[in-house]
Amino acid sequence: MAEKGHTTVWPGIAGLAIATGYLIAMLGAEKQNLIIILLAAGIVAVLAAGWLGLLETVSASFVEHEDALAACAIGAACAVAAVFHDNHFVLLLVITVLLYSVATLGLNVQFGYAGVLNFAGASFFGIGAYTSAVLSAYTSVPHLLVLLIGGLLAAFAGSLLLLPVLRTRGHYAAVVTIAFALLFKTFLEVNDVLGGPQGMQVKGMRILGWSFNDNIEIGKILLSFYMNYFVLSLLLLVGAFVLVRRLERSWIGLNLDALRLDETAAGCFGLDIVRWKITAFLIGNFLIGIAGALFGIVGGFVAPNNYTFADSLILVSILLLGGIGNPWGLMVATIIVVVLPEKLQTIQEYRFLLYALMVIAVLLFRPEGLLPRPVRRYFPGWRP
Amino acid sequence: MDAGLLAQYVMNGLMLGMMYALVAVGFTLFFGVLDVIKFSHGDVLTVGAFAALATYVGLRMLGLNSSWFELVVMLVVATLAMAFLGMVIARYLVMPLRSAPALNTLLITLMLGTVLRESVRLFYPQGANPKPFPALLPRASIDLGEFNLRLDNVLMLTAGVLVIVGIQYLLNRTKLGLAIRAVAQDEETARTMGINFTAIVLVTFALGSGLAAFAGVMNGLYYNEINFGIGLYLGVVGFSAAIIGGLGSIYGAILGGFLFAGLQTIGTVMLPFASAYKDVFAFAVVIAIMAWRPTGLIREKISERV
Repeated sequence: MAEKGHTTVWPGIAGLAIATGYLIAMLGAEKQNLIIILLAAGIVAVLAAGWLGLLETVSASFVEHEDALAACAIGAACAVAAVFHDNHFVLLLVITVLLYSVATLGLNVQFGYAGVLNFAGASFFGIGAYTSAVLSAYTSVPHLLVLLIGGLLAAFAGSLLLLPVLRTRGHYAAVVTIAFALLFKTFLEVNDVLGGPQGMQVKGMRILGWSFNDNIEIGKILLSFYMNYFVLSLLLLVGAFVLVRRLERSWIGLNLDALRLDETAAGCFGLDIVRWKITAFLIGNFLIGIAGALFGIVGGFVAPNNYTFADSLILVSILLLGGIGNPWGLMVATIIVVVLPEKLQTIQEYRFLLYALMVIAVLLFRPEGLLPRPVRRYFPGWRP
Repeated sequence: MDAGLLAQYVMNGLMLGMMYALVAVGFTLFFGVLDVIKFSHGDVLTVGAFAALATYVGLRMLGLNSSWFELVVMLVVATLAMAFLGMVIARYLVMPLRSAPALNTLLITLMLGTVLRESVRLFYPQGANPKPFPALLPRASIDLGEFNLRLDNVLMLTAGVLVIVGIQYLLNRTKLGLAIRAVAQDEETARTMGINFTAIVLVTFALGSGLAAFAGVMNGLYYNEINFGIGLYLGVVGFSAAIIGGLGSIYGAILGGFLFAGLQTIGTVMLPFASAYKDVFAFAVVIAIMAWRPTGLIREKISERV
């Protein structure tokens, strides 16, 4: 596709519009049969589009006109929210997708760019959530600041792991984070101050007197109170996305890539390995922590069972399914992984099993993920 | 502290250490031949324990009530089934990914562990709840002051020692052991010497997984209860033990297992806060040891693998 000359922005917009329409239909569907039919239709449509070469056109368009299409994607998210403006459940689902995307973006910086393993994603997410629970219960810290503190605390907790993570490699580093994930959940369960196994309530958000937990009435239209959180989550996601994308394109991203591909060679070329690993690990945990803090407030409730090792593995599955290192792929994968078990109630119980099988299949048959990371473009729009 | 109480703690520590050591030896074996970490090892242990339990239920239904006979059949079935499972895992999941990045092997075995764990939880009848495990060993005990020496613990400890000695003999004194060590040391040279690489890898995985099943049964007999999560815990602990000892060395794994159990016991006895924090303490110690000695206490003779 690329050598045929410039692709226009239209295939991308068309693809996005179709995907949005499909998503709205999927979210709106209530009957299990309808959902299964929609799902089958979606899979067939994607396979057919792939066979006809349409997917390549769309992805080429995305690569060429990323900024314009990113704006359209924000519009698409708003459109989805507008359609379901009074539906609590669907909006909560959309918010979950947005916040999980932020968390996996953080994980992406660690896994995808720097190659630092982190199998305790859900734990850092939990640190954020518990931060907002504790701070809103015992203090009157402004709520926007709570989000920031949640991120900072997650980064701080991550920095406690820095020494072992930095001194170890590969499998060994994985064990450090797995041990931390188990430690964290046990700690939450036995700690009475944090509510023990029952967890804690989290108060709703309030910014400058504007209570986030009240429904909004504009004239005759009633908006779900989740709309507040939707806007905030979307802003957070856009911020995180821009940050990660800029990071990837910058010299920092280049350094991180070099580090991941060959640590020794990167060291020989004068890159400060320790420094960049720390940077990636902390930025990643910060993003995960912020997302967790907001998620704790949105859910109104935190409990140890939501932040187990299995949940960390789900975050990693999203990363792998989407294609490690590709932020767009991550979002597609997050939508699949979060929405599907919620809509298909029959598979809800089996979701850990299904995700694990899915990742095994991806690793065996398509190790680069659904949307592989494209080759780095040093200059946007430049072509050889 | 009273000598009897101390002896009690030492005994408990030895029992835990034996289980950890058996799991850790498996990790070391796998790492030796393929240079991979098989994170599903702990969950193979779970499946082994549940296979033994299912065998027990089956034997009961057939009306066989001799506890020794039941125990032997359970052990044989669980060990053989897990040995087979280990071979299947090695053949179809681990070996195809040999040329892929290490992360992929790690992920595939982690996810396989999830599949095994969740399968037990979902498909074993009421697998989500802890299951009582039959106490099949004689329950006699001798009271020595504060110290209550239970016969079943002594038997399990002896069996564990015998298994470890047996593995040791197998690795150091037999032709098969020589082949395993040769593959571990240098795969290509081993191949040129006419060693069937694939077969040796499969045998090693069978051996390690069989050990896991043995440890699983032992865990069930010791606690008289199993649940679907024991494997994740024992797997992480066993792996930590293998790393503390130094991956690739059998002695290191055994040492690491007992050391870890010792730390845990000390954590329960000596620390000021409640024993509910014993796992928090144990994992914190693992993380600290990894920071202090990233490649283990006993270094490998050939350190290029690290």
